[in-house]
Amino acid sequence: MSGARGLRLGLYLPLAAVVIAPFFLSDYFLHLAVQIAIWSLVYTAWALMGRFRLTSLGHGAFLGVGAYVPTLLWNNYDVTPWLGIPIAMALSVALALIVGYPSSRQKVVGHYFALITLALGQVVLLVIVAARDVTGGSLGMTPHAVGRSWYALQLPNKAEFYAVALVAWLIGLAAWHCVERGMIRLALEAVAEDEDAAEAAGVNVLREKLKVTALSTGLTALGGALYAQYLMYLSPDAMSGVGISLEIVFAAIAGGMYDMLGPTVGAAFTILLTEGLRVLFGTNFVGAANTIYGALLVMFIIFMPRGIVGTAARLWTRPRVPPAPAAPQPAE
Amino acid sequence: MDIYLLEAIINGLLLGGVLALLSLGLNLIFGVIDVVWICYAEVVMAAMYAVFWLYAEWHWPLLLACVCAIGFATVLGLLVHVIVIEPILGSAPINQLLATGGLLFFLQSLATLLFGTDFRNLGIRLPVLEFGGIFISFSRLIAFGVALIGAVGLYLFLARTYLGTAIRAIAQDREVMGLMGANERGIYILTSAIGGGLAGLAACLLVLQYDVHPFIGLTFGPITFMVCVLGGLGNMIGGFIAAFVISQIIAVGGYYFPIEAAEVLAFVFFIVMILIRPQGFLGK
Amino acid sequence: MAALLRLDGVNAGYGSFAALFDVSLDVEHGEAVGVVGPNGAGKTTLMRVISGLLPPRSGHIVLEGESLAGAPAYRVVAAGIAHVPENRRLFPRLTVEENLRMGAYLSAARRVFIERLAWVYELFPRLKERRNQLAGTLSGGEQQMVAIGRALMSKPKLLLMDEPSAGLAPLVVEQVFELVKRIRAEGFTVLIVEQNVRQVLAVVDRAYLLETGRIKLAGTSAALQKNPVIQQSYLGL
Repeated sequence: MSGARGLRLGLYLPLAAVVIAPFFLSDYFLHLAVQIAIWSLVYTAWALMGRFRLTSLGHGAFLGVGAYVPTLLWNNYDVTPWLGIPIAMALSVALALIVGYPSSRQKVVGHYFALITLALGQVVLLVIVAARDVTGGSLGMTPHAVGRSWYALQLPNKAEFYAVALVAWLIGLAAWHCVERGMIRLALEAVAEDEDAAEAAGVNVLREKLKVTALSTGLTALGGALYAQYLMYLSPDAMSGVGISLEIVFAAIAGGMYDMLGPTVGAAFTILLTEGLRVLFGTNFVGAANTIYGALLVMFIIFMPRGIVGTAARLWTRPRVPPAPAAPQPAE
Repeated sequence: MDIYLLEAIINGLLLGGVLALLSLGLNLIFGVIDVVWICYAEVVMAAMYAVFWLYAEWHWPLLLACVCAIGFATVLGLLVHVIVIEPILGSAPINQLLATGGLLFFLQSLATLLFGTDFRNLGIRLPVLEFGGIFISFSRLIAFGVALIGAVGLYLFLARTYLGTAIRAIAQDREVMGLMGANERGIYILTSAIGGGLAGLAACLLVLQYDVHPFIGLTFGPITFMVCVLGGLGNMIGGFIAAFVISQIIAVGGYYFPIEAAEVLAFVFFIVMILIRPQGFLGK
Repeated sequence: MAALLRLDGVNAGYGSFAALFDVSLDVEHGEAVGVVGPNGAGKTTLMRVISGLLPPRSGHIVLEGESLAGAPAYRVVAAGIAHVPENRRLFPRLTVEENLRMGAYLSAARRVFIERLAWVYELFPRLKERRNQLAGTLSGGEQQMVAIGRALMSKPKLLLMDEPSAGLAPLVVEQVFELVKRIRAEGFTVLIVEQNVRQVLAVVDRAYLLETGRIKLAGTSAALQKNPVIQQSYLGL
């Protein structure tokens, strides 16, 4: 349909402009843009699972693995992040599958799934803190710096790092696209509606769940690794644990976890909001910004559970496609 | 037996009392309303600040400060239900969990805003008791005793009173309770208030032992969820037992390993247990 | 004299699924009325609509002049309708007496709880013997007694019974219909929904036939027992 294509172009052209614009702006905007791109990847990765009611409250675990493993390999064994990051992603997937395989087999869902993943996040946090001899514990650590180096993936030039982050973000969107296009979505939607019915209809519930879990956690580790490489500083609270895990969930929900660009919008929204509130309140009122942020999160979940993009899409389509009159059909 | 190991076991037992109290509140709310308050430990944190503020800043008598803090937590519990849970009772349960997660941020940040990130304490130094070479802190002993009294009180309320019976009944069959002429809203509000009150009681006991700061909820919140899930969500007896199992793992583990390693041990034990028995210890 | 309960043009359903179409019926004071029909005809939906568990899409539900359509269950109970749900739905981990206690939740009933309890125990002496037993451990017939006793604790103007014979052994079914007769003898007005057409027609004064969500027939028990449609499809004659 040409109308739909026109609408898409109308959406994507400005989007592309917004994505490219930071290259021409100051370092401050590049800094925001890099963060938005990296977190967009992480939130998109979370939503890959979240939209199918695999509500993980432990993605901080995978973020932490992604952040710490490449840095530890680099600092201790001179392993380039180009190798370290894939290793971290593999470890992250392995960790996810160790928990995900039995929990899918046992049909652990809902609250139980949420709380088990929360515990997993806590395990990784505590391991990082406990291994303070190599990780620096709660004080955090820095990757051994060598100046600008592609080999070490240390790019003080923000424009260069932004290019890297953009590629990662596009990988996240591509993963979403694959899930959306492939059978995996239909299978998982069936699972989200009714696991037993889906199984009866011939869906291999276990395999589909594990596929999307692997995809999601691997990409989250990638995000964690890039964030650490960008900041050149890692700390357990910023990279792992309950707080960051919940932030991931909220941003994805705020943006809209059922739409491809929802988590990206969520990242832009939360980062710009936090930044805006920080500028507004300065440092005089530590916590004021986050208080408003927390209140907004509660309101989002109560009033806009489909998120910004989901709600906007609904408002957009409503006048065009009038809902079919709900004529009661006899159920013979 | 090694006397330090015995001391660790006793301390674990004492820690288990407060953990059991926390799990009772969370399980009560889950059993009746079918929601998990991810912010439960933050309600405790708020009540700890209430005790601190009334006692250390306004110089109220400690007991009065505690009673007021429990009242404060009760009201807070009620508000959590009315403001956050009630509007989304009909949506997916996970949304309610997430909404209380937003509240977690809110309460943490509000505490930061009001009190800063400093660690505060009451400045009370309770004596450490010695029994044949074993040292036990008096505040832990009080905490254990009061937690048990609280648990027994809750048990008597649920077993002996009309409203307590109604709370047990609605946890078993929500819809039929409506057919009995009960407006479930009232029971939910009552339950949330009691859950808040229990958090307040736990706060009074914790503030005797630990400094309060805005992020203290993150240190024992996850452990409380772990206890509840291990005992079977909504199963108060299961949670009660699990509290002591977990606290023993942490205390005895802490004797052999660094404390974080002991906690890792507890969480790993939890994950393994849940993957073997997702319905918890006492599940069918 | 005005009817105790009157339904007028009630439509109801779940989501996109409609279960009741334009259902109208009435129940006079002191009557026992049956609604019979096959599985899936909408009988349980009808009960749920009357007792406020499911709001109707349209239509009127009036009890003694008070409109109840769309009222929540607790208000319907307060107005005087008690519902013995399908499959009894006792609180399994409460004792028999605690179950009965919950039946007297309304403040008016709670005030006279002791007398009501004595009265229900008089009606069902068996329950007095089992008063401290957990309801989930009782036999099917005893559970049905508790369910009926629990509903009677509020001394309702109208007792709704949803499939009281469901899931019970034939001998126990006989006993349950004996119970229904006794309740009638106590002067209660009863609206009973059943698949067990033969037995329900033996205890009610009038009945409606509900098929695929619509009232297809109405009449006195005697008339329906002679109706060829009923005879062929439901009585196996």
